[in-house]
Amino acid sequence: MKYEAVIGLEIHCELKTKTKIFCGCATSFGADQNTHVCPVCLGMPGVLPTVNQRVVEFGIKAGLATNCEINKYSKFDRKNYYYPDLPKNWQTSQYDLPIAEHGWVDIDVEGEKKRIRLTRIHMEEDAGKLVHSGTNIKDSASSNVDYNRTGVPLLEIVSEPDMSSAEEARAYMEKIKAIMEYIDVSNCRMEEGNLRADINVSLRPVGSKELGTRTEMKNINSFKNLEDAINYEIERQTEVLEDGGHIVQETRTFDPAQGITLSMRSKENAHDYRYMPEPDLPPIITSEETIEKYRSELPELPDARRARLESEFGLSDYDAGIITSSRAMAEYFDAVVATGADAKLAANWMMGDLLKNLNDEGLDISKSPVEAQRLGEMIQLIMKDTISGKIAKKVFKEMWTNTDSPEKIVKDKGLVQITDTKAIEGIVDVVIAKNQKAVDDYKGGNKKAIGALVGQVMKASKGKANPQMVNQLLAQKLDG
Amino acid sequence: MRLYEKPAHVLHDMLVNKEITSVELTEDVLSRIDEVEGEVKAYLTVTRDEALEQARAVDEKIARGEEISFLEGIPGAIKDNICTKGVKTTCASKILEHFVPPYDATVMKKLKAENPVILGKLNMDEFAMGGSTENSAYHPTCNPWNTECVPGGSSGGSAASVAAGTAIWSLGSDTGGSIRQPASFCGVVGLKPTYGRVSRYGLVAYGSSLDQIGPVTRDVTDCAHLLNIIAGHDEMDSTSSEAAVPDFTRALVEDVKGLKIGLPKEYFVKGMDPEVEKAIRAAIEKYKEMGAEIVDISLPHTDYAISAYYLIAPAEAATNLQRYDGVSYGERVEGEDLVSMMTNTRTEKFGEEVKRRIVIGNYALSAGYYDAYYLKAMKVRTLVAEDYAKAFEQVDVILAPVAPTTAFKIGEMAGDPLQMYLQDACTVPLNLAGLPGISLPCGFSSKGMPIGMQIIGKALDEETIIRAAYTYEQSQDYHTKMAKLGGNN
Ligand SMILES: [Zn+2]
Repeated sequence: MKYEAVIGLEIHCELKTKTKIFCGCATSFGADQNTHVCPVCLGMPGVLPTVNQRVVEFGIKAGLATNCEINKYSKFDRKNYYYPDLPKNWQTSQYDLPIAEHGWVDIDVEGEKKRIRLTRIHMEEDAGKLVHSGTNIKDSASSNVDYNRTGVPLLEIVSEPDMSSAEEARAYMEKIKAIMEYIDVSNCRMEEGNLRADINVSLRPVGSKELGTRTEMKNINSFKNLEDAINYEIERQTEVLEDGGHIVQETRTFDPAQGITLSMRSKENAHDYRYMPEPDLPPIITSEETIEKYRSELPELPDARRARLESEFGLSDYDAGIITSSRAMAEYFDAVVATGADAKLAANWMMGDLLKNLNDEGLDISKSPVEAQRLGEMIQLIMKDTISGKIAKKVFKEMWTNTDSPEKIVKDKGLVQITDTKAIEGIVDVVIAKNQKAVDDYKGGNKKAIGALVGQVMKASKGKANPQMVNQLLAQKLDG
Repeated sequence: MRLYEKPAHVLHDMLVNKEITSVELTEDVLSRIDEVEGEVKAYLTVTRDEALEQARAVDEKIARGEEISFLEGIPGAIKDNICTKGVKTTCASKILEHFVPPYDATVMKKLKAENPVILGKLNMDEFAMGGSTENSAYHPTCNPWNTECVPGGSSGGSAASVAAGTAIWSLGSDTGGSIRQPASFCGVVGLKPTYGRVSRYGLVAYGSSLDQIGPVTRDVTDCAHLLNIIAGHDEMDSTSSEAAVPDFTRALVEDVKGLKIGLPKEYFVKGMDPEVEKAIRAAIEKYKEMGAEIVDISLPHTDYAISAYYLIAPAEAATNLQRYDGVSYGERVEGEDLVSMMTNTRTEKFGEEVKRRIVIGNYALSAGYYDAYYLKAMKVRTLVAEDYAKAFEQVDVILAPVAPTTAFKIGEMAGDPLQMYLQDACTVPLNLAGLPGISLPCGFSSKGMPIGMQIIGKALDEETIIRAAYTYEQSQDYHTKMAKLGGNN
């Protein structure tokens, strides 16, 4: 029997507010243990939460950016979840009336577009962190709790089980990441846990409408792990089913070192969160005006931007897709073009040398040693024929370690293109004289032989001669 | 007559006129504590040294010729579920036996700004669950009028201390009658303000959507003054009302002419003590004499209010009390592993009544029962509130008993929690509706036990119930009587 995978994601997105969701404590990352705490986020007896309005704003913006309906009457609920790093032993979250519902985003996998539906987006608080004296809770004589993270605001973005491969899941998560970056609600630093996903995977016979038993993998925080975990799980479940076995509903962890998932706990159905409306927080009433105000504050989103880059600058769908895949890339592109650089050249340079160099060094575009301004200046040198595309590669390489302007680099290194007809003519004459065989071949009808001559001229000029002029002059002399 | 017998407004005038000093007053109340606390046991913590220090500071201020505020230099005490920075706040529970909050409740901040003398923390039913103060994990409090009787609950310490003269004023909290019922049993004045009128920040939660802090005082005048101090919006409590706070002392006028007083037939329940009913009927006659108009009304969903309350309050309590697990604060009982540590802690450190309500609450919230219990209770709650809304289209205030009986004997109902719950039938409905209510003395039983009556008002209309209460109070002298204790009267 052939099986198909059914995949749904719950993405936790940490919001970039200055303060926590229900108190005034700082949210900054990496502080000493238990330094960003107060009675409220420690859940001390008698404390009450108050809602950080920025969190509501971000929730609404995230909803609008993913085509959700915004609930004008939304509320917080207590999700009774008994764990030692949740100081109150319930998580203030949202249950039946989340801030946003029924949205969608489009993804693109190898040129095929697919719409992934969003069930809901809700606001909640993060929990603290257990710090074990040993390697894990079982072999530790004692464990301490760090409450710095407690109360850091999260959005939980829940998809419908609309994905059927690891590639689609990755594309979906990349799209969510891009959107959250664009609307500036999260730093989306996955290595810091700003963005992490719980993945549900089940299999069903191709053509069947019924959902199979699913397993859940929690806290996946890199795209590679996301793909590896899903692929492993699809393979594992396929084997179990083909051997006539049953899938057990359970939570599994993904071990990136071994590339496998392991059973963590079963009996998920026994969980009873005993949800209750949070009596300490009044409902969140949002007016049409507020929604429209937030909508008007949204920037151009990835899909719209991609379409614009294609129509306005004639970029290919592929290039436009990559350039708009992150806000930083798109802004870099804008900044290059803003210097007056040609958009297509800008796209080519970004997709080519820039991305390659960044990838080689594992750098984010925001940390690029070649800033958008300088790449723009360099492209203008190409446009003005000051340098050739070939020389530009040298200049670009130089710019990676040298903070001088491209113009200065070109001057200092003597990389200016030779556009002086007399100078090129001189070299051309010498090359013609020294390469009688190629000249004869050309004259004998082998027009391709001119290539060897062009190469010789370029070599003799150390690549600085303007290639078009070289071609022109050679043809003139040989034909004339 | 000793100083501890006088209400705060009289003592304030005496301080201003330099007839007494705050230290003299404080020492008198502290010596009253020495005399009768052994019998009454209203306190869990007495902060004697701090109290005298505060009194001395006030005296210096008066000596410098500075003006003093109403409560300045006047000794009072605080129910032990209101967080006091640096002073133990136990909620009368073993699980918070050594808990010293690092912060002050908002009402404490507001009080401290007035420079009162704080004598300490008052006994209560554990986590405010109970109607008799027998559920304190430390000791029961006794009724000053008859120490074989309960003072009522859960603010039993708050009411007993004021009745015994071991505090001039106190703060209590009221979730289903916990200020009004003990005030009634102890012959003092107790006010539950409108939900949201007083910040709950720093009040250790029992039923969050029902809890409200309020004053317990010797008379209605003190009650109005105290409410002035503690009322108002608080940014730390987003359920607190943003409505403007009037000067409640302006409601201290003797005038009920034309005031429409509703008498709900459902509140005069079967099994009501005839002496209680008689005292209340007499008060109604008094109101008529003074020119009020009495209107018979009906609050048809009253019967269901108790059931709804005993689902909603435990449901909220069950989650509120989840934080006491031995991990972060309070006491810990060790175990072999994490789960057994938590189980041992909760098993050993919570009392029976608290456990009973946690179980009820978790049951009511659990999947499969939520709709049948919690959700249905919430619907009843709406119906109860609508009953009142309709009634207040016809009347200005509602008059009712506080409890069907006078204070009962200690231990008398301890084995019958259901019977105990029925004691709350007349007080619980207005917590469900969030309305204000005041309890004030309206007589004594043949055995000399105080009887209280309750005046219920519209939301945020504490002024009218204070006015109605004050007018009645001034027509008699019940509020001037002191319990006979310690052979000093
Ligand atoms: Zn905090």
